[in-house]
Amino acid sequence: MTKREPLSQGPDWNFELLDRYDQAIKEIAVDEFGLDCYPNQIEIIASEQMLDAYASVGMPISYPHWSFGKQFIIQEEQYRKGAQGLAYEIVINSDPCISYLMEENSMPLQGLVIAHACYGHNSFFKGNYLFRQWTSADSIVDYLVFAKNYVRRCEERYGVEAVEDMFDACHALRDFGVSRYHRPPQLSIAEELARQRERDEYEWQRHDEIWSTVPKASTKGKGPKAAGSVEESQENLLYFLEKCSPKLAGWQREIIRIVRKMGQYFYPQGQTKVMNEGWATFWHYTILNRMYDKGLVDDGFMIEVLASHSNVIAQRGFDERGYGGFNPYALGFAMFMDIKRICEDPTDEDRHWFPDIAGTPWLPVLDFAMRNYKDESFIRQYLSPRLIRHFHLFALSDHEGKEYLEVDSIHNEAGYRRVRQLLSDQYNRDGQLPDLQITGFDQDGDRTLTVQHRMHRNRPLSGDADVVLNHLRRLWGFDVRLESVNQDGEVLAEQMYEAS
Amino acid sequence: MSIIIDRRLNDRNKNAANRARFMRRYKAQIKHAVSDMVAERSIKDVESGGKVKLPARDVSEPHLHHGAGGDREMVLPGNREFNAGDRLKRPEQGGGKGKGDGEGGGEGEDDFTFALSREEFMSLFFDDLELPHLVRTQVGDIKEVKPQRAGYSSQGSPTNLSIVRTMRQALGRRIALQSGAKRRLAEIEALQADSAGAEDDEVDEAELDLLRQRIKRVPFLDDIDLRFRNRIMVPKPMSQAVMFCLMDVSASMDEHRKDLAKRFYILLHLFLSRKYERVEIVFIRHTDNADEVDEQTFFNDRKTGGTVVLSALELMREIIEARYPSEQWNIYGAQASDGDAFGADPERSRGFLEKHLLPLVRHYAYIEVNDREMSRLSTLASTYQRVEAPHFSMVTVREHRDIYPVFRELFTTDDARTVT
Repeated sequence: MTKREPLSQGPDWNFELLDRYDQAIKEIAVDEFGLDCYPNQIEIIASEQMLDAYASVGMPISYPHWSFGKQFIIQEEQYRKGAQGLAYEIVINSDPCISYLMEENSMPLQGLVIAHACYGHNSFFKGNYLFRQWTSADSIVDYLVFAKNYVRRCEERYGVEAVEDMFDACHALRDFGVSRYHRPPQLSIAEELARQRERDEYEWQRHDEIWSTVPKASTKGKGPKAAGSVEESQENLLYFLEKCSPKLAGWQREIIRIVRKMGQYFYPQGQTKVMNEGWATFWHYTILNRMYDKGLVDDGFMIEVLASHSNVIAQRGFDERGYGGFNPYALGFAMFMDIKRICEDPTDEDRHWFPDIAGTPWLPVLDFAMRNYKDESFIRQYLSPRLIRHFHLFALSDHEGKEYLEVDSIHNEAGYRRVRQLLSDQYNRDGQLPDLQITGFDQDGDRTLTVQHRMHRNRPLSGDADVVLNHLRRLWGFDVRLESVNQDGEVLAEQMYEAS
Repeated sequence: MSIIIDRRLNDRNKNAANRARFMRRYKAQIKHAVSDMVAERSIKDVESGGKVKLPARDVSEPHLHHGAGGDREMVLPGNREFNAGDRLKRPEQGGGKGKGDGEGGGEGEDDFTFALSREEFMSLFFDDLELPHLVRTQVGDIKEVKPQRAGYSSQGSPTNLSIVRTMRQALGRRIALQSGAKRRLAEIEALQADSAGAEDDEVDEAELDLLRQRIKRVPFLDDIDLRFRNRIMVPKPMSQAVMFCLMDVSASMDEHRKDLAKRFYILLHLFLSRKYERVEIVFIRHTDNADEVDEQTFFNDRKTGGTVVLSALELMREIIEARYPSEQWNIYGAQASDGDAFGADPERSRGFLEKHLLPLVRHYAYIEVNDREMSRLSTLASTYQRVEAPHFSMVTVREHRDIYPVFRELFTTDDARTVT
């Protein structure tokens, strides 16, 4: 065993120590294990600043909106009551990768956060295919600045309430602002601003009092391009509204765009929560243990780290108090640890289930998994019988026709595959969000927009549906028809949302 | 290479503006909650801000998700007893996955509770009374003035002469005016000491004389040195006030009317507490006889009987005599009633008020809470109408929103009235 020469002792941290820990962690993470990361920008902030960051969906900058104020009040109250500690960290998928550390954290916690966020999450952001495909890490912060300024200018010109109404409507449809199958081209911030200027100029040129006296008929063809019929159904509702809604002004389209881009930016995070948290947790655990082995940290440090670590990865049973669904940290961490175990120390069962990876070097296997999967496929690929037993997983079926819930399968030989498949489905977007698509609009008639709800296994829309669709109608400006369609394409129900 | 940045000094509380936006958006609901709080609180505690509770469903943001119904399976952790094929009772109202998607976080189903600062609370409270800004008028006039030191002035009466200040000024002046001559004098004397017995003594002597004279000519004390303690007269309110709340509690005074009265008293109390350091409240209720009670009893106890207004006025005078001598207390009276008085009582009350109470009080307000047509005055009101005193006022209140304008009406001085 190496001679113990810990970097520090006790709970106190200072900037020099942070630097030394960061250096030591980096040596392990990057040099030993080969994690590929963006450069890190580590920012020390106070707890109230953490509350602020929390409230603005974890971003350093945000446009103003009352809902962030509400979120802030919730966080603040819970924090004051002590019902909920603050997260130790927030990390932003950007290049350089920005991580917030709270000044209240002790040195061991700072070490844990650096390993977790600055090397774990960071390498995930840089490596995972969804992030590579969907987010431009180098331009997000610039874009946020642009959005914030733009919104402020709109508020000055058109009034706070008009802008707020737009955001309310867009937020309600936020989940439906993502194109899942093709990634839209990303403009750089310079292009973005140039495009913006162009539009403004155009608007100024068009703005002429004389025009407003010209009879309406002559304005045909003016304004936003009226799209033809919907050639293929459009699942990105916000995109469609931004481009085709007949009544919106330029700035309103820009606001839709801002919400849509934010939605798109966060889309990969929603799809990879288990993997991302699991990956970061796996790495802080591995790195800090390695530091301990190298004698860089002492027992006291490790005890504190392990105490936090086990809190983070606790998974409560469905019937326990405080159960809040699957804990992504617990499931993800267990899976990555399990994959490593399968590589290093496989049982016969593992060899049978995972012939490709059992007994091979673990690092490339983990790296491959991190890069090429999202939660749904990751679980379908890697959830082992051993973990199904470990978590005592079971599946309940809730079928409309039946009076009872039925236990579909449990953690036994007969149930493994089924449980694994169902859990994977649970992380499938279709299981989480209803499938809404725009299928057409009456271009030459009354411009009624048709939205199809393609029912997933007969599941209806929730009670908020009317509110959300009324927001959609407001953005569209004309009547909206909602059709509920079953798997075979038969229309089961129809509802009109009429423009007032 | 990582960069470590200390951001702790950056701007904090970035969300204050968003919080204010939230408040504005839910103003109606928050106002309602404030209004409920006011009803529950005692008059004195109204000011203290506090927790507001809004139903979670009111502030939730709409989202689309799957509703209950249809077919689905869910995987759960922690099975200890079930086997495939077991049947469970469907939980009440199915609920779906509720907190499934990330957004809401820990929101759950709880009510949305948060703290209002004192300022926020007050502004909402007054808002409820349709009060744009706290009234700028005076309640009665402030008679007392008290001299207060205000530095020093160069003019004043001899009794106020500040010797220390004056001497200090004189000394300063002397130093300033003499120093040049003194310095020169010292130079010459030093020169003389060096070359004792030199020839050109005469010239030096002449200059020396001149210098000595110049030094002498500077007076020891000059008119411009005089400093007098300056005193100005500052209006000083008597620091204490007592507020008499008189209320008719006969059967016709229902919850609504009592609430109106309470709001009036609250407003009066807030008003007085801004003027005086100490405000006491005396609650007197009356039916056919009067007694002094605590606030709880005043607003909530259901006592009933006939109506003798005079009894309350008499009791008020007794209490003033016993506890609140009018030379030491600013006394305010506010009487709330629906105005139904009978027989000789209204007339005798008016007489008593004019003769025995009005001379003692700063202001006396009669608030009639009733929903009668404007045109018809109650018996009490029509008698009180004849009271001629600048610090007596009378007014009718029907709804919450009447209170503030009425209050303003009551306590606006004649001067202010012409302004508005």
